[in-house]
Amino acid sequence: MSAYKEIAWNGIWKQNTILAQVLGLCPLLAVSSNLVNAVSLGLATIVVMMLSNFAISALRAFIPYEIRIPVFILIIAALVTVIDLAFNAFLHDMYLVLGIFIPLIVTNCIVLARVEAFAAKNGLRASTIDGLAMGIGFIWVIALLGAVRELIGQGTLFSGIEMIFPTLSGIQILPADYPGFLIAMLPPGAFFVLGVLIAGRNWLDARANQRMREERIHHQAEHATEHANSAPA
Amino acid sequence: MSEPIEIAHRESSVLRISVRTAAIMLAFTLVFTALMAGTYKATEPLVAASALAEKLRLIGEVLPPGRYDNDLMADSIVLPPQRTLGLDEETRIWRARKGGMPAALVFEAAALDGYSGRISLIMAVDADGRMVALRVTAHKETPGLGDYIDPKKDKNKARPWITQFSNLGFDTVPGAKWRVKKDGGRFDQMSGATISARAVTNASGRALAWAVERRDVLFGLPANARYEEQRSKP
Repeated sequence: MSAYKEIAWNGIWKQNTILAQVLGLCPLLAVSSNLVNAVSLGLATIVVMMLSNFAISALRAFIPYEIRIPVFILIIAALVTVIDLAFNAFLHDMYLVLGIFIPLIVTNCIVLARVEAFAAKNGLRASTIDGLAMGIGFIWVIALLGAVRELIGQGTLFSGIEMIFPTLSGIQILPADYPGFLIAMLPPGAFFVLGVLIAGRNWLDARANQRMREERIHHQAEHATEHANSAPA
Repeated sequence: MSEPIEIAHRESSVLRISVRTAAIMLAFTLVFTALMAGTYKATEPLVAASALAEKLRLIGEVLPPGRYDNDLMADSIVLPPQRTLGLDEETRIWRARKGGMPAALVFEAAALDGYSGRISLIMAVDADGRMVALRVTAHKETPGLGDYIDPKKDKNKARPWITQFSNLGFDTVPGAKWRVKKDGGRFDQMSGATISARAVTNASGRALAWAVERRDVLFGLPANARYEEQRSKP
């Protein structure tokens, strides 16, 4: 596996911010009550993670080790502020939807975690790719979480999309007289669904490990028989 | 014999490192603060323009442009915090006129007793003392339960809950009936989420009464004047 592929695989699955590192749950749980909000926060997070990883990687030679954390926080907060203002000024329609999520990203410790664990020690391209991969890992999980909660909670998908694309509208998936299941929309629902997702990931990983172990035993056994057969009688 | 010299040397290098680190921290702070300040300055006019457009859009939701012909943004007065309206900050009242005659007052109010706290409202009250329309501008009511007070979230798209206040005044709905049905009034509420509806209904009734009572004073003040509550006459 090439280095970049490994970075991508780490971000999307192996070291997934939510499923494996279980970091940054505060904005995750608050915003994942429907698919559109979840994807919006995910996109904003990808932008911030790529830019902060890029900036820290570029400046890493100038940051003394002892004060790296305050400098990282300063840079991340400044970047988020600049992105927030730029969105408000140049992409105002999108800002009306994404705007409330951008300041939330500062509270997402995964941004600081990646800067500290990766960007401070790696080159520009690898760091930017790491930010992108971690962001993608974040967005697919939060999108899945949002979709499941919205479907169970109100029987729809993509509700609220008209705020981003006025010509589109949400899709009713379950019958229109579905009474809804409120707890899925409330904070406890977020914990329930997230718990199931993490359990699912652990199950898949355990299964993969099991298979690998069995293969190895099988291989060893084959090897042993071969050895026995080839031995003189 | 060389020990004191070494300690002195070490101390001076510790001091040097501290000063150097502090200087770097200061430099980073200055550079990134300058970056933020620069972006703020550069985007300020655009942000202000969008905020104004957003305000006009909100006003347009409660008062159709055909109802007035003056420049609303130029014809407003300053409203100091009003407890009756649930406002703890200074706001503005926009005065719509048609052919020079008072047409409607557009102002903000808030219900502080929503299920999850404050519900911000904007409304237009016409010269006859009727609510032209009422809208919720910000709230934290429970998603899927109490958020039907916002027409964007109301499942009844044809006739959202909040539109039942449109074109009503105390001449058609007496003050005692300006309540939700559960409290013996005439306005609907969704079962299981009465608190949100009750908060909006009561706050809008209070705000309407407040505006009707002061209508002439509010229309009469010069533009950009500050409204001061009159002491009740003896």
